[in-house]
Amino acid sequence: MTIMLERGARQGGQGRQRRQGTLPRLLAGGRKLPEHRATYGQIPLRRFAGEDGRRMLVRAITEAGLRGRGGAGFPTGRKMTSVAAGAKRPVVIANGCESEPASRKDKMLMACAPHLVLDGAVLAAHAVGADRVYVCVERGTSIADRLEREIAHRDDPVRWKLVRVPRRYVSSEESALVHLINDGDGRPMAAPPRPFEKGVAGRPTLVDNVETLAHVALIAGYGPGWFREVGTRNDPGSTLVTVGGAVARPNVYEIAPGMRLGEVIEAAGGAVEPIGAVLVGGYFGTWVPMPDGWGLPLSHDRTGPLGTSLGSGGIVALPAQSCGLAETARVVRYLAEESAQQCGPCMFGLPAIATDLAAVAYGRCDPATRQRLTRRMAQVKGRGACRHPDGATRLATSALATFADDVETHMDGWTCTGVSRDPVLPLPDRRHRDRSWK
Amino acid sequence: MTAPNPEGLRLQVDMIKCVGHASCFELLPERVSLDEWGFPIIETDPLPQHLVAHARRAVAACPTLALRVDGKVARVR
Ligand SMILES: Cc1cc2nc3c(=O)[nH]c(=O)nc-3n(C[C@H](O)[C@H](O)[C@H](O)COP(=O)(O)O)c2cc1C
Ligand code: SF4
Ligand code: SF4
Repeated sequence: MTIMLERGARQGGQGRQRRQGTLPRLLAGGRKLPEHRATYGQIPLRRFAGEDGRRMLVRAITEAGLRGRGGAGFPTGRKMTSVAAGAKRPVVIANGCESEPASRKDKMLMACAPHLVLDGAVLAAHAVGADRVYVCVERGTSIADRLEREIAHRDDPVRWKLVRVPRRYVSSEESALVHLINDGDGRPMAAPPRPFEKGVAGRPTLVDNVETLAHVALIAGYGPGWFREVGTRNDPGSTLVTVGGAVARPNVYEIAPGMRLGEVIEAAGGAVEPIGAVLVGGYFGTWVPMPDGWGLPLSHDRTGPLGTSLGSGGIVALPAQSCGLAETARVVRYLAEESAQQCGPCMFGLPAIATDLAAVAYGRCDPATRQRLTRRMAQVKGRGACRHPDGATRLATSALATFADDVETHMDGWTCTGVSRDPVLPLPDRRHRDRSWK
Repeated sequence: MTAPNPEGLRLQVDMIKCVGHASCFELLPERVSLDEWGFPIIETDPLPQHLVAHARRAVAACPTLALRVDGKVARVR
């Protein structure tokens, strides 16, 4: 099933007819509560009333096979089950920070369908027995204020708290959100305990991406069978992707997992110039060579020789004329700067890797540099308190594989003209990057 | 000699607490090596029985209480 519609193609005001396998699902409603209710109906809390209802809801999410849309693709029903099994009353965190520069699907979802996210958060809270929901969004934007205004129109059985999170790449990692809420420090913490065991105020804490929560609302309303009408067996439902780079219509799209990479590029209007590779999964993702990777089916399962997955859903088409090594060196430098500087391998390893990559990209490369780079990447992977170093090294590793021919050329002392082209991968403006962790 | 301990105990490190430079490496080179920046690379599979006591000694000697021996797996990947 590979239907895709742009956000503009609205089908509002259909009430309960949304029981067919068409897209869009998430971006079909309205910004305001009345429009939202007209499209999606009332929040189905009554149907899941009481302890039995609560269990039924968790079972529905599990049967639907929903997987987290925040990057890792972890099964949401399983996480809910663990959180609900704790001794204390749980807490829910809706993660809407979207620190990933190559992604803006969460921001678009919160702008276009805020009440779907909020409905989902209320239902998730009910599913695990929580009475408090923390909505975490990036500081310095209008998102928090807008959500606060929408929440004021609602009458929910939970207490809401908006949390304005420092604009740092790693502050949106789940333990960093817990840390910020508990102690006012937005840096990740070491596990164990993980948030689902012991999070906000020592309670079991369900951290879910805002898109995940929107799907929770849809599953509660239309059922697991409906949810599974699109997507793959392992990765059902629709999912949001942000397509950027050298395509005619860069935008957020709602797709069904299983769709091929080339079809996603076509759906975004196709390439505007020859494409050499596509970055899939944002800055913790992998470079896929084109046109070889055209037929790669995208989902939250790892696939292809490089273990490509949709991750956070950021997809960027790189022109063949651009230098993928230079692009990667620049992004890995950014990721190194964004380290919370708490763990040795992340604090020292990522800058060292970024420097080696720059050497490879800008023609100061020799076999020893490449060897050192490979060794360093293997050394850093898996050794941080959070997965930041793993994501950065995955990106770098895939660059060396996908742009292997370029590496050879650069090693021979040739620097390609690509390095002087304007960068394609987006990075946040320095003025929009917080220095403080508070 | 290399049979794993029956409780599945593992040596693990809290990388945020660890400051490097490496008494654990000196006390337990069987399970610890150092990276180029002086931080420990720890073999986290269950310890062989004959190293459990040595591992506990390394835990006690760590100046920042960064090490532990237990059955919990820190990271699910
Ligand atoms: C460095 C880092 C940054 C992250 N940033 C985000 C983010 O901006 N938004 C998000 O939803 N998840 C982010 N995550 C993943 C969260 O830790 C967490 O797994 C996720 O919010 C869980 O929600 P899900 O199960 O619905 O995907 C990040 C993870 C890491 C390691
Ligand atoms: S791995 Fe890096 S980003 Fe994660 S906690 Fe450690 S220093 Fe911070
Ligand atoms: S002894 Fe402790 S602080 Fe020192 S390197 Fe080992 S774990 Fe780190």
